[in-house]
Amino acid sequence: MFRYIVEPGFFGSGPVHIALAVGAVIAVTSAVVGVFTVTRGQSFAGHSLADIATTGGSGAFLVGLNQFWGYLAFGAGAAAFMEMIGIQRRRGRDVATGVVLGAALGLAALFLYLGTQYSSTTGASFTILFGSIFVITSSTVPALIVSALLALGTVLVLARVLLLTSLSPDLAAARGVPVRAVGAAFLMALAISVALSAVIIGAVLSTALLIGPAATALRVAKGPVRAAAVAAGIGVAATWLGTLLAYDSYYWPPHGRGWPVSFFVVTLVTGGYLISYLRPGGKPAETPAEPEHACSVALC
Amino acid sequence: MFSSFMLNTWIAGTAVAVIAGVTGFFAVLRGATFAAHAIPNGAFAGAAGATLLGLNPFVGLAVFSVAGALGIAGLSRRARSDVATALTFVMMLGVGALFVSWSTQYAQEAYSLLFGEVFGVSADQVRPIVVLGAVSVAAIVVMFRPLLLSSALPEVAEARGVPPRRMELAFLLVMALATSMTVPVVGALLMFSLMIGPAAAARSLTARPGLAMTLSVVIALVTVWIAIAAAYQSNWPLGFFVGVIGAAFFLAGKAWSALTDQARSKRGANRKILSS
Repeated sequence: MFRYIVEPGFFGSGPVHIALAVGAVIAVTSAVVGVFTVTRGQSFAGHSLADIATTGGSGAFLVGLNQFWGYLAFGAGAAAFMEMIGIQRRRGRDVATGVVLGAALGLAALFLYLGTQYSSTTGASFTILFGSIFVITSSTVPALIVSALLALGTVLVLARVLLLTSLSPDLAAARGVPVRAVGAAFLMALAISVALSAVIIGAVLSTALLIGPAATALRVAKGPVRAAAVAAGIGVAATWLGTLLAYDSYYWPPHGRGWPVSFFVVTLVTGGYLISYLRPGGKPAETPAEPEHACSVALC
Repeated sequence: MFSSFMLNTWIAGTAVAVIAGVTGFFAVLRGATFAAHAIPNGAFAGAAGATLLGLNPFVGLAVFSVAGALGIAGLSRRARSDVATALTFVMMLGVGALFVSWSTQYAQEAYSLLFGEVFGVSADQVRPIVVLGAVSVAAIVVMFRPLLLSSALPEVAEARGVPPRRMELAFLLVMALATSMTVPVVGALLMFSLMIGPAAAARSLTARPGLAMTLSVVIALVTVWIAIAAAYQSNWPLGFFVGVIGAAFFLAGKAWSALTDQARSKRGANRKILSS
């Protein structure tokens, strides 16, 4: 029975070891950062940073660097830029985010086009967009772990202040919290975290690991600490199970080539959310919904 | 550049710009930027699936975009709308990744669906864009007043008997159908730039809704026309030009409104000094 669930060789394979270890670290980081992202209503910002990371990934591919550095550089740059143009006014922030995102996607199109012009490997655009957990090279692992710890550490140190500024920015300001600096630090941590998950499930889909586990956890768990713990658990479970299924799927139809890891991870994460959503007696929206039409990316 | 080979491109580009200008105006007004990004992007999965099954990609696009709009509207009832949008979106994209990996010619296919294939547009591709574009623009014009009211003042709209949920769903559906049809031509990732940049620029130029919508269409048209010409000359992807020109218009609009605000406040200050 066990042999049918876990293909022989799964635990003996080097790339799988790396994938499982790095995947767990990244899933925990994404889930914890995600709890704050959802509470602060910054899903769109998180997603935009991930998409902008695509531009960095394709740029890095063009000049021959490891894609992670591209994800990281463009994500952090975009976070700084979004901070600069959008923090003062609530209204119009998601529009500003959208315009930055649109310009960055245009650039991504150009980079990918030039990249395929100069080399014949057409599979690169697919890897950048949808990720590939099995091709993490061991030389990037230390960088991945250090960045993950950096993002996680930033968020944990700022946790109390972040919650206060999310729930009541005025109260936080009155207590002498530097609201803007805290928001900027969080946006940086968010950028690092989406760059990391872009490595395993692709830039376009890293939103899944960021938002899915966190949104599910906020529905089922009471209090931010428990929610973060539950989210981390869901994230790791989805990543590991997704990796396992992707490994198994090399023997599945239609081509015997393996299904993408990102598909499994996204399906598991979304499935978990739907179960918590449809659960009878489930709580309604966790945080008091602010006027949705006013700002969907409010850095409240 | 204006040879018969390019004729369909110009027609399709013009239709796309009109659709983007009209729907983008309301997307910006309603703060539905994320949904505007998510639906055409997610619909790309439908096109990939239809190609895989040997169907017309438009069938897949229509099915997935409507499913996306229903998913966002349905999940938003009991959750924050940005979370609902994000999850609906990643699910559609995840399925898209699966379809693309199944397809044998995957990379090129994915690339052209995501970033567009504007040259060599066939008459078969132009027809659904023009027809559905006309239908959705007509729908928006018919709904114009209630939609405007429910976007700007949802409480007042509700008191007047305009149900906000139904309005939201209607708008999402129109936007979904209109934008997804354009995916094979402009690409999933870039329809969004064309919707948000011109509309946001128009909004910072004028506060009058009718004028702002017209301006948004005009700016979108100029953006697309310049982009087609530039892409034809340079052979670079159209999406690059659309994204960059759209952002440039937005920044120009911002600068203009900052300048006029400054002038207005200075004038106000002068008047205050004179009157005191």
